[in-house]
Amino acid sequence: MLELKNISLNVENSKDILNDVSLTVGDGKFVVITGPNGGGKSTLAKVAAGILSPTSGQIYFNGQNITQSSITDRARLGISYAFQQPVRFKGIKVRDLITLAAGRELTTAGVCEYLSEVGLCARDYVDREVNASLSGGEIKRIEIAMVMARGTQLSIFDEPEAGIDLWSFQNLIEVFRKLHNGIQGSSIIIISHQERIMEIADEIVVLSDGKVLTQGPREEVLPKLLGGTDTCRFCPKEVG
Amino acid sequence: MDHIAKKLLELVADWRGDPQGAFNIRENSGCAGRQSTENVRIESKTDKPGIDIIVKKNTKNEKIYIPALVTHSDVTDLVYNDFYIGENADVTIIAGCGVHSDGCGTAEHDGIHRFFLEKGARVLYVEKHIGIGEGDGQRIINPQTYIEADENSYMEMETTQIKGVDSTKRFSKAVLQDGAKLVIKEKIMTHGNQYAETSFEVDLNGKDSSAHLISRSVAKDSSKQLFLSKVNGNAKCAGHSECDAIIMGDGSVSAIPEISANCVDAALIHEAAIGKIAGEQLIKLMTLGLTEKEAENRIVEGFLE
Repeated sequence: MLELKNISLNVENSKDILNDVSLTVGDGKFVVITGPNGGGKSTLAKVAAGILSPTSGQIYFNGQNITQSSITDRARLGISYAFQQPVRFKGIKVRDLITLAAGRELTTAGVCEYLSEVGLCARDYVDREVNASLSGGEIKRIEIAMVMARGTQLSIFDEPEAGIDLWSFQNLIEVFRKLHNGIQGSSIIIISHQERIMEIADEIVVLSDGKVLTQGPREEVLPKLLGGTDTCRFCPKEVG
Repeated sequence: MDHIAKKLLELVADWRGDPQGAFNIRENSGCAGRQSTENVRIESKTDKPGIDIIVKKNTKNEKIYIPALVTHSDVTDLVYNDFYIGENADVTIIAGCGVHSDGCGTAEHDGIHRFFLEKGARVLYVEKHIGIGEGDGQRIINPQTYIEADENSYMEMETTQIKGVDSTKRFSKAVLQDGAKLVIKEKIMTHGNQYAETSFEVDLNGKDSSAHLISRSVAKDSSKQLFLSKVNGNAKCAGHSECDAIIMGDGSVSAIPEISANCVDAALIHEAAIGKIAGEQLIKLMTLGLTEKEAENRIVEGFLE
C-alpha cells in the first residue's frame, strides 16, 4: 500500500528531522507509529500526505511513485490525513466539511451517520460552524468523521486520542476497527502513545530522533515497549 | 419592465412574480409598481423623491419589499425613504438595490433610508447590492442609513455587496434608547479596482442598550476597502464591533475602530483581523481532494456566507 524508501528531511543548521526512514505498510494493515515527542512522527505523516517534501528518498503508493505528487493528487489517489490540530474555518459548517470529505452530495441523515459514529449528537452539530466555538475534543471528532466520510484506501491519524475524553475512548477504538474492517484491504496508520490503540495494531513502529528504532508485529514490539519501568520506555538500550 | 430590470429584481430581492405584502419598485428614479396593505401604507413624498413607509402598531410577520433599480448608464438616482415602525410591530424589510450599466456612463443609486422604531418594534432589514453589465461605465451605490431606536426596540440589518459595484460609500448611524438592540451584519467582496468604504456610528444612549456590528469582507485583485466604526457608550450598555477581512492578490483593507466609553458601566469591545487565507485551511481542504483554487473559493464562499 504505502512504501517509504530512505526518507530524509533536514533543515539547514539543524539536526535531521527524518534520517533515512524506510517503512512499508502492507494492504489491510493497522500500523501504530509511536515514540518520544519530537521524534519525527508527525513529520513522517505529513511527508506521506504530501504536506512536507522529503529532502531525499521516495514514496510509493500502490506501486506508484508519488514523491512529487501534490496533496490534492494524493488525496484523490486514496490517502486521507487527520490533523493532530484540526483547522477551524469561519463560516464553514460541519455539514459542509463532511460533504466535501465524502466528495458527493449527502443527505442530512448521511452526514449525521458519520457524526454519530464519532459520538457527536448529530442534530446539535450538523449546522454548527467549524469555528472557535467548538471545543478541542469536538473538533477532533469531526476530523475523524471526515476521514471516515472519505473512506479511502489509506487513512492516517495523527494522535487522534488527544483531547478525547476517557468515556469516548472505547468508542474511538471501535471507530478504528470499523474503518479498518469496512473497506476491503484498507490500511490505517495511527500516530499514538496509547497502549490501548497499540493493542489493536498489527504492527508497531517506534520512531526516535528521526530514525526507525524498532518495527515489527505487535506481539513482538509491544511487550518490549511496556517492559522496564525504571527507564524511559523508548530508550534505545531497552528496546534495541 | 424589461428583462434587465427583472434580472436585477431577482438578484436583489429574490423576486419572482408579485409578492404577498406591501411593495414599491423604484426603477430609474420612477415608480414601477406599488402595493400597500391594511397594515403597511406606502406613500410618495411630496417635497423630495422617495417614499414613506408606515407600519401600524402591532403588525406581525409582514414582509415589505422596496427594491430600487438603475438599468442603464447616465442615471444618477437619489432617493429618500422613511420607515415608521409602530409600537410592537414585527416586520421584515427587503431593500435590494441593483445597478446595470452597459454603456460608458455612470449608473448611480444613492439611497438615504431613515428608520424610526417605536417602543418594542422589531425590524429585520435585508439589503443586497449588486452591479451587472459589461460596459466601462461606473456602477456606484452610496447608501445611508439612519436609525432611531426607541425603548426595547430591535433592529437587525443585513447588508451584502458581493459583486459588480465599482464604488460604494456606506454610512450608517444609529441612536439607541433604553433596552434597544441593534445588530448589523455586513458582507462585502470587492475585486478589480473597486473601492468600498463603510462607516458606522452608533450612540448607545439608553440604559441596557446594545449594539453588535459584524463586518466580513474579502478584497481581491487591486481593490481597496476601508472600515470605520465609532461606538459611543453613553450609558450602561454593551457595544461590540468586529471586522474580519481576507485579502487576496493586491487587495487592501484598513480597519479604523473607535470606541468611546462615556459611562463607567459601558462595556465596549472592538475586534479586527485582516490577513490572507490561512495556509493550513488550504492544506486541510486539499487533503480532502480539492485543488488549491477550489479550496480558496470554498473558504471565501464560507467566510461570506
